[in-house]
Amino acid sequence: MSRGRGRKHSARPRAHGSFSSVAFAVGWRNAHNFFTNPAMIVPALLFPLFFFTAFAGGLSRVDSIPGFDYGAGYTTFVYGFVLLQASAFGGIFTGFSVARDFESGFSRRLMLAAQRRGGIVAGYWLAALVRACFTIVVITVVALVAGLSIDGSAVDVVGLYTLALMVNAAAVLFGSGVAMRLRTMQAGPAIQVPAFLFLFLAPVWVPYDLLTGWVQAAASVNPVTVVLESGRGFLEGDPTQVLPAFGVALLLGAVTVLWARGGLRSAERAA
Amino acid sequence: MLARRSVVRTLRQPLMVVPSLVFPLMLLSINSSGLDSTTRLPGFPTDSYFEFALAIAFVQGALFSANSAGTNVASDIESGFLNRLSLTPLRRVALMMGQLAGILALGLIQAVTFLLVGVAFGAGIEAGLAGAFVIVAMSLTISLAFGCIGAFVALRTGSGEAVQGVFPLFFAALFLSSMALPRDLIEIDWFRTVATYNPVSYMLEGIRSLVITGWDAEAIALGFACAGGLALIALAAASSALRTRMVRT
Repeated sequence: MSRGRGRKHSARPRAHGSFSSVAFAVGWRNAHNFFTNPAMIVPALLFPLFFFTAFAGGLSRVDSIPGFDYGAGYTTFVYGFVLLQASAFGGIFTGFSVARDFESGFSRRLMLAAQRRGGIVAGYWLAALVRACFTIVVITVVALVAGLSIDGSAVDVVGLYTLALMVNAAAVLFGSGVAMRLRTMQAGPAIQVPAFLFLFLAPVWVPYDLLTGWVQAAASVNPVTVVLESGRGFLEGDPTQVLPAFGVALLLGAVTVLWARGGLRSAERAA
Repeated sequence: MLARRSVVRTLRQPLMVVPSLVFPLMLLSINSSGLDSTTRLPGFPTDSYFEFALAIAFVQGALFSANSAGTNVASDIESGFLNRLSLTPLRRVALMMGQLAGILALGLIQAVTFLLVGVAFGAGIEAGLAGAFVIVAMSLTISLAFGCIGAFVALRTGSGEAVQGVFPLFFAALFLSSMALPRDLIEIDWFRTVATYNPVSYMLEGIRSLVITGWDAEAIALGFACAGGLALIALAAASSALRTRMVRT
């Protein structure tokens, strides 16, 4: 009886501090901040658009290089990278938000209020997902106007965007893990630089076979390479390395879940 | 006195010096391996993309100067140092040049570092030792030009955040130039047009000509004209913004 009453008594606060309510509250707050703050939304859109314009416009002649064997054209080739970049940076920039919340003291109060603190990380993931979806839509519209050619089937397109969103999830979990360990905006470079290196040490401007020197060696062991090549395969309608790409994305997701979980434990100890 | 303060303040901040050296070299290294196959395009001026891309490091380093100059000036405004200076009989241009001395010192370190790294990794300076001095001179002029723009933004807005916000626009200017390919090899018409009207293209081509071609008077003159012209316009604008700010004081 008394046990039952205890459960009943604790049911009310759980409704406000449960995993899903915490996740939606944190997610909504961060998404709201993103859409109402020009300092956040403008760079998030500007950087991928800018890379797309600069690469697709300035390097379009690259598809005339002997050995460049991508049939869908250079604009589509570049879109494959920019899509991945936008997804990853949607997650990375959300990692900055985590760091800012810790620096301002908001996260400390949040951790006191939330019973299921895993919901906090899930909330940041939801916010990163919303950010990435918004950025992807804008970039895709611009790319279609600029001559993007999607030769893949509907299934290929689903595969392409699923991969992109898996990369986004891995990026936000990585960024959150770093931010929750360091709990300061100074964590910015520690979040951004590894992501930048992983992205740019892949076949960004030319296919893997046309890379030379140390960048080719780095690309051969870089897990982003297989994800990028698979994404480009989906766009071209010639899916390649699908299983390895999803395997890598799942593995990255699993590793970063553990990394974010460790970060949360570290933040809990410090709170 | 102001110049000395500016030099010391810039050089003793590792966060200003290190990224402005490391990031251009990192981009140079990634670009030169990633885009080396573009040298197979008919009409490409050299068979080493590293030599072609070396000029980017100088201009990219100068873009960091804009950020540093702007941040330093904004910090002086926010701390009230500029208000106190306004009580002295210092001339505006002298004050501006004093504030920018640190950027020129940083620009010199960058130019010498990029030259040494370039030569160490096999870039031959076709114009020889005298050409290397001209590269340093052009690089300093470019640093001054972007530094003046950074100072102008800081004086107009009085905010370090505004300077940081303008930083991506400088990078847009770099990317929308003949950075990655020579202009005559850019296929997309609108991009080639933008690159042709973009002064950054001529700054890059001026330095690039000394590395790849040798003494190309037209490229060098255009490089100095664009960098010097931009520096003069930005210095005048910054001086005017300084007067307005001092009147407000």
